Amino acid sequence: MTTPAPAVTPAAAPRISVRNLTVGYGSYVLMRDVSFDVALDDVFLIMGGSGCGKSTLLRVLMGLKEPQAGQIFYGETDFWACTPRERRQLMQRTGVLFQGGALWSSMTLAENVGLPLQQYTRLSPADIREQASLKLALAGLAGFEDYYPSEISGGMRKRAGLARALALDPEILFLDEPSAGLDPVSSRLLDDLILELRDALGTTFVIVSHELASIFTVASNSIFLDARTRRVTAAGDPSLLVRDPHTEEQARLFLTRGAPAPSAASAAETTRNTV
Amino acid sequence: METSPQVSIRQRGDQLTVSVGGVWKMGAPLPSQAQEALAAVRTGGIRGGLLRCEALSAWDSSLLVFLVQLIRAAQERGMDMRRELPHGLERLVQLAFAVPAKQGASRTVRQQGLVAALGASVLALPGKLEGFTAFVGDVALAVLRFLTGRSQMRRQDLLAAMYECGVLSLPIISLTSLLFGLILAFVGAVQLTQFGAQIYVAGLVGIGMLRVMGAVMVGVVMSGRVGASFAALIGTMQVNEEVDALSTLGISPIDFLVLPRMLALTLMVPVLTLYADLMGILGGFLVGVVMLDLSALEYLNATVRMVSFSHGIIGLSYAVVFGVIIALSGCYQGICCGRSAQAVGKATTTAVVHGIVGIIVATAIITILCNVLKV
Repeated sequence: MTTPAPAVTPAAAPRISVRNLTVGYGSYVLMRDVSFDVALDDVFLIMGGSGCGKSTLLRVLMGLKEPQAGQIFYGETDFWACTPRERRQLMQRTGVLFQGGALWSSMTLAENVGLPLQQYTRLSPADIREQASLKLALAGLAGFEDYYPSEISGGMRKRAGLARALALDPEILFLDEPSAGLDPVSSRLLDDLILELRDALGTTFVIVSHELASIFTVASNSIFLDARTRRVTAAGDPSLLVRDPHTEEQARLFLTRGAPAPSAASAAETTRNTV
Repeated sequence: METSPQVSIRQRGDQLTVSVGGVWKMGAPLPSQAQEALAAVRTGGIRGGLLRCEALSAWDSSLLVFLVQLIRAAQERGMDMRRELPHGLERLVQLAFAVPAKQGASRTVRQQGLVAALGASVLALPGKLEGFTAFVGDVALAVLRFLTGRSQMRRQDLLAAMYECGVLSLPIISLTSLLFGLILAFVGAVQLTQFGAQIYVAGLVGIGMLRVMGAVMVGVVMSGRVGASFAALIGTMQVNEEVDALSTLGISPIDFLVLPRMLALTLMVPVLTLYADLMGILGGFLVGVVMLDLSALEYLNATVRMVSFSHGIIGLSYAVVFGVIIALSGCYQGICCGRSAQAVGKATTTAVVHGIVGIIVATAIITILCNVLKV
């Protein structure tokens, strides 16, 4: 890694620790030696160019795919060393928003949000309905309880997916490209919602995203995956990374939309100004 | 003004000048000079060249393709090809060469011999068998969880699946098994009337339907109707990441999606078989009474006399096995479906084919078993 670890180290144990993770399919390795920590109050961004393995890394983190090597700790627990049942219990404490929402098409929005509650709580059907309405309202979908996923727009489906991910008040929320396909205003509202949820409920976010505006607004920590070297080449707060002259070239290009490198003098100038 | 693509070539010593002009529209035949220019560059003897435009009035990517071919041929021979092109054209040519082709990215189709193909498919078998065995094991564990009351299956899903498999299949089962009983009676009658033994049509149809044909009929129809829909439904859920969404919530897709369908089919196929048996006997009855001049009472009495309870039980045991086979092949294809529309289509077809082949093989095995056990 070319950048030092973030200056502020969290006092509490990290929510997620990833150690020397190797991810791939069969003999094909997508990413090797990935290590990072996600603190309790982090909004953690996974960045990288297309095809570098961001989504696959996210699938490994949320327990859909086994890593080829390395460990993932949720708190103190080594996730992939657990029995399948323990893993399922751990997964109940996480929520996932998939790229396309992935709502169950045979159920209404209220049933979609209510299913996790029905499975894991002893709430009465009326209470479940109440909870589902609340979560849908948080995502800006009040009044759409009885719509089927095919009857609403793509952006609404995404928000409904977020409402479902929030159903069990998870400790960790995984979002796969949350703002892709949203208009700028909705995207902004989603960013605000993420920050509010983190502050109010203490939810930790792990987000895969390309939207620079959103990255700079919400991220408190990040890693950059490089498709060429198949390693993490930059880590830290993106708004610091973009100003740091030592940031690795590909990561800097990503964060500046391919703007030419600042000359050494002007980079030093920027650093002086920011320090 | 020219309305067709123009190419002119001028060679002076080892220097080649290619001028393009006229109107370049896709689909318009290229002048013979275009091929000559390419040939001149490829055959060598030329060190350098110039590409220029002369009275070029309109162009599209057909011109671009020609220029890129020419430049690539020149590059391959290490020639220096200067360009004097309009700005827009020059930019596009530069873009075409901006990102070098990725090494190893282009696919070459490998021709595989018959023996190699056979070997590859045999070598792939253990992996496939392992996957299917693991799936059957998962389903068995799910059934065990259901029996001990720890299943994550929702009762409403089971009822919905039973409704879909059972009630909604009644019309098609009625039609097919009534006609099947008719056909069975007709075929039998042709032979039996020669001996004046028309009354045995009752036994032929009754025993035939109850013992095996009713179950096989229902099995084949359900495989096409329900097995295919299970594969398509679960396969599409796989494409939309809906199955992943279940998994990430800690809900087992086997419990939630496969188990209700499996139980529903295992319960409903025997029930439908009983119904199909009755419809088949009704078909035989119609032939007997209308065509063979048997009296209704005579036909029914003969049926009751010749058919025994054990035939029905054997037929039901076929039906239970068929239900399991259809559910397993349909759900398995759905669960291991790839993530594209094409994969869903393939899963659906495979589910039906495997279901029907499985039914026929199982019929053979059970029939031989019954023979050995003398039941």
